[in-house]
Amino acid sequence: MAPKLKKTPLHRVHRRLGAKMVEFAGWEMPVQYRGVIEEHLAVRNRAGLFDISHMGEVEISGTGALDLCQWLTANDASRMKQGQAQYNLLLNEDGGIVDDIVVYRLGEDRFLLCVNAANTDKDFQWLRQKAAGKAAVEDRSLQYVQLALQGPLAQEILQPLTAVPLQEVEPFHFALGEVTGISCLIARTGYTGEDGFELYCDPAHGETLWSRLLEAGTDAGLKPAGLGARDTLRLERALPLYGHELSEGTTPLEAGLEWVTKFSKGAFLGRESLLRQKEQGIQRKVVGLEMTEPGIPRSHYPILKQGVVIGEVTSGTKSPTLGRAIAMGYVKTGEAGVGNRVAVEIRGRQAAARIVALPFYRRGETKRSG
Amino acid sequence: MEFPEWLKYSKEHEWVHVEGSVATVGITEYAQQELGDIVYVELPEVGEKIVKDDPFGAVESVKAVSDIYAPVSGAVLEVNDALPDSPETINEDPYGDGWMIKVEMSDANDLKDLMTADEYAEYVEQEKEAGEEEEEEEEGEEEE
Repeated sequence: MAPKLKKTPLHRVHRRLGAKMVEFAGWEMPVQYRGVIEEHLAVRNRAGLFDISHMGEVEISGTGALDLCQWLTANDASRMKQGQAQYNLLLNEDGGIVDDIVVYRLGEDRFLLCVNAANTDKDFQWLRQKAAGKAAVEDRSLQYVQLALQGPLAQEILQPLTAVPLQEVEPFHFALGEVTGISCLIARTGYTGEDGFELYCDPAHGETLWSRLLEAGTDAGLKPAGLGARDTLRLERALPLYGHELSEGTTPLEAGLEWVTKFSKGAFLGRESLLRQKEQGIQRKVVGLEMTEPGIPRSHYPILKQGVVIGEVTSGTKSPTLGRAIAMGYVKTGEAGVGNRVAVEIRGRQAAARIVALPFYRRGETKRSG
Repeated sequence: MEFPEWLKYSKEHEWVHVEGSVATVGITEYAQQELGDIVYVELPEVGEKIVKDDPFGAVESVKAVSDIYAPVSGAVLEVNDALPDSPETINEDPYGDGWMIKVEMSDANDLKDLMTADEYAEYVEQEKEAGEEEEEEEEGEEEE
């Protein structure tokens, strides 16, 4: 028998809304309610509400907490004040990416790590083992429901429900406050390329929070949105997905995440390997692809130049915003130049594509020309 | 869900409309609903031979690729050229403008394996029930 799938506290709500449920990272999650394209465009133009309670949360606390964060991650956690958040990477000794995470500084010695669902157990074991008793590491995943309210109208929808002045919560900052009387961590973070908030609350109040948000946003065009739209939204914005663009065999230098890697902060696990790789030069590099012939590139499809394989697609779709087939993938460094004409092998046929600058979509910019 | 009486149906959720030795093929209402927004279609060329139960093309939603299986063997007579530019037609009108190919059948016996509308409706119900039983089981567990 297949292992039993985990369910978020909002499972019944999704069923009631008629969501199509699928397995994702051991969880039964809504992939769509009405349709991926409709939900995608709702987030780009108005707002969407996602249940992302499958994401894991690990708390690190104690006097050794900051040191542990600094040692095990690429970014400089000391630059965060309490109330700030930071995109970050857990690295192994080879500079490979154990996970990509968001770190919230809850206090001087308290950090909350939001980790990928598929990696929650792995990360927790990794952190606990490396902490070696110098900081407390706790898996808090079952203590939070996490909802993402994303889209240009997110603030307008959320503000009437909370006394927290949202315009003062800047991107990658958070506030602790009540939303319709429910205590939440209200973070201006997300995974869609739009403005928006991620709300963490007690699972007992998850269903109420979801319903009140949805009700408050209905007139503004807020729609429940599933993992299908979450994936196309993040891909247009070229946000990597662990297991696709990122893995333990991939380094931040290859993945276009050198900006996250603060060599100047001092020692961290993987630093020496990454400095060596930086000096020697990377062999492959993440790129954006746009198809110039019909076909939709998908994960693992080969990328070719003059018939020779130069890399592989890691994520691909037909972009609902741009109306074109797009992909991210890895190619040999020498072939990674923007404008390079390549091909993607789609079910035995070679279809022409070109390498384009990332991201495909950036909020406030319209980029619709071919 | 609508399954017109004048069509025949395959277990892979294709429909077939037979006129003499020519079969028109598309995917059913149930299939398009399960796939979601269709954004790309790959169809064979006119003249190509297709073989019963083998894939003859593919439909892609935003999220995934699905093969389309030939419900009959034969040679492709005509292809719906409008689909590549407007694949959403398959979602909107699966039995009409969303047709995919017309095939000159090589063996009329192929049709014997296909289902009538009533049989197909029952087949779809069974597929859905299998899913729902799972759901009920889960709901039961939740209440324990």
